[in-house]
Parts: sequence; structure tokens; C-alpha cells
Amino acid sequence: MNRESFKKGMVDGLPICFGYFAVAFTFGMMAVSSGISTGQAVLISATNVTSAGQFAALEIIRSAGSYWEMAFTQLIINLRYILMSFALAQKLKRDAPWFHRYIIAHGVTDEIFGISVSQEGKISPFYNYGAMCVAIPGWVSGTLVGAISGQLLPAFMVSALSIAIYGMFLAIIIPASKKNHTVLGVVIAAMAISSLFQVMPVLKKVSSGFVIIITTILVAGAAAYFFPVAQEEASKEEKGEGSQEKNGKQQGMGEEV
Amino acid sequence: MTHNIYIYILIAAGVTYLIRMLPLVLSKKEITSPFLKSFLYYVPYACLAAMTFPAILFSTASVISAAAGFGVALIAAWKEKSLLTVALCACVAVFFMERILQFV
Repeated sequence: MNRESFKKGMVDGLPICFGYFAVAFTFGMMAVSSGISTGQAVLISATNVTSAGQFAALEIIRSAGSYWEMAFTQLIINLRYILMSFALAQKLKRDAPWFHRYIIAHGVTDEIFGISVSQEGKISPFYNYGAMCVAIPGWVSGTLVGAISGQLLPAFMVSALSIAIYGMFLAIIIPASKKNHTVLGVVIAAMAISSLFQVMPVLKKVSSGFVIIITTILVAGAAAYFFPVAQEEASKEEKGEGSQEKNGKQQGMGEEV
Repeated sequence: MTHNIYIYILIAAGVTYLIRMLPLVLSKKEITSPFLKSFLYYVPYACLAAMTFPAILFSTASVISAAAGFGVALIAAWKEKSLLTVALCACVAVFFMERILQFV
């Protein structure tokens, strides 16, 4: 039974592995161009396993932000994992030894969460182990290859590839904005506010990590206050996220947000 | 003040792990507050949008090529192309715009 779950996890994790490789490639490349060594870039990927968080971390390291800024930025950007871990906590078999939860916690990414919650019934922790065993090496090796080629690629290639991660972010937020007007408002407001920080005389001095935190709290807070997600919709959205991930998985594009 | 990169990595990894681990280990029931649920639902969109713009404009060798990449990515994303396709379209747009700029 455990072996079966493990195998199933590995099979479902394979498309995620390819998607991760591509995103991590960009991360490795950007890490090296920010002055981080290949080994350090790989270490970041192996210990964090989260794209948005790692890119934000890169920004803070580059701008020599404070340790507090690092902690707070990671907290805010990765806040959604709280929601996922709560959902996953319900989904896991109760009779499985509790220590498994400390290990699968490391692999709670948007995609692995997505395939886990879209399984029928309760799941065994071995399903997550299977997915983690395939997906995480994709993430780490992508970083390694990206970091190495980042040093070899000519400048014009690096310039073109540097926009890749933002393209992926857009591929996540734009389709969601089309379906939901509040999400569209959230996206536009967040872009406008972070732009204000870029150009306004005093706000300009705020470091980029804090700009992301302040903007996220302001906009998501206002949206949650004025446009609360309906209860049924929230659970539907959760499922929707799952099927969206499944969708991404089918296209072999596991991108973790 | 100089910062040690390994301490940065330790903090980032530690915070990220705690966020994932604590609810999984401690939670006995689901989050019920509608505000909190809604807040967590909107966070990824607000956060990704803030990270993307205006930073995307300064991600390449010139603002013009970046703007071209941004525009193309917007169109591809609007057409609901896959993540990799959107990203590649943006890269290709930047590449060609920079080649054109050489001649201008």
C-alpha cells in the first residue's frame, strides 16, 4: 500500500519535475548574476523549494537588506502555505505516524499540494514522498544547470532570459484576473502601489522586500475586507486551485508560486 | 553592516519550513474566519503582481526591450498559454527587440 502510494506520487510528480527544472534554471542564472556562488544557489533551492520566496530572497541578498527583512518577506510571501498545510492536514490519513508530517512539510509547494488534494479520499504520506522524490531533484538540478550556464551564456542571452520569471508570474495572475474581477482589481492595485514606491520621492527609499510586503498586506487586506470570498466559493477556489495545478501538470508546467 | 549569506539562507529556509510545518503538525481543524480565508486567497495575486511590476521593466538590458517582453507576455497570458510558453514568448520578444535596437 505504501509502495503503491509512493509510486503514484512519483508518476504524478514527474511533470512537476520538468516544470520546476525550467523555473529553477532561471533562478540559478539570476542567482549567479546577483553574485551568489553556484553552490550557494543550489543550497538555497534545496532548503527553500519555493520560487517566489527564493526570488525575493535573492533581491534582499543583493540589496544587503536586514535579516528581519528577510524573515518578514519570507513570512508574507509564503503565507499561503499556511492555508495549504491546513488543507493538507485534513487530507492526510490520521493513522499514519505523526513524524511523517514533519518531513512532508518541506515539500508543501503549490504543485505538490495541488496533486495531493486532488487525490480521492485520504492520502498516505508516502504519496507526498513519491512526489517530493521526483519534483525536488528537478528543482535543485535546474538551479545547478542554470547557475552553471548563467556563467557561460553571452550577455544578450542572459538579458532575454532574465524576463522569464516575470513572464511566469504573469501567466499565473492574468488568467485568474480574467475569471475574477476582484483578482483583477488586486493585480492592478498591487502593480500601481509598487510603482508608486518606485517613483515617489520618499517612498523610493523603501527597500524592495518591504515594498512587496506592504503592498501585499494593503491590497490583499483591503480586498478581503471589501470583497470577502464567499464561503462556498472559497472551498471551490481551493478545489479550483487543485484542478488548475492539475491542468498545469498536464501541460508539464509545474510552477510553484 | 555586512551580512553573511549563510545566515540569510538559514533564515529564509527556517521561516519557510515553519510556515509549512506548523499548520500540518498542529492543526486539528480548518480555518473558518472568512476574512482570513479571503486574505490568504488574495495574497498570492497581490504578491506576484507587486513583484512583477515595475520590476519587470528593469529586468533586461534596456527598458524598451523589457516593455516589449512585458507586452508580449501579457497577451500570451491573456490567451491562457502555459507558464513556460508565456515565459518563452517574453524572452523571444526581448531578444528580437534588443537586436532591433542595435540598428536604431
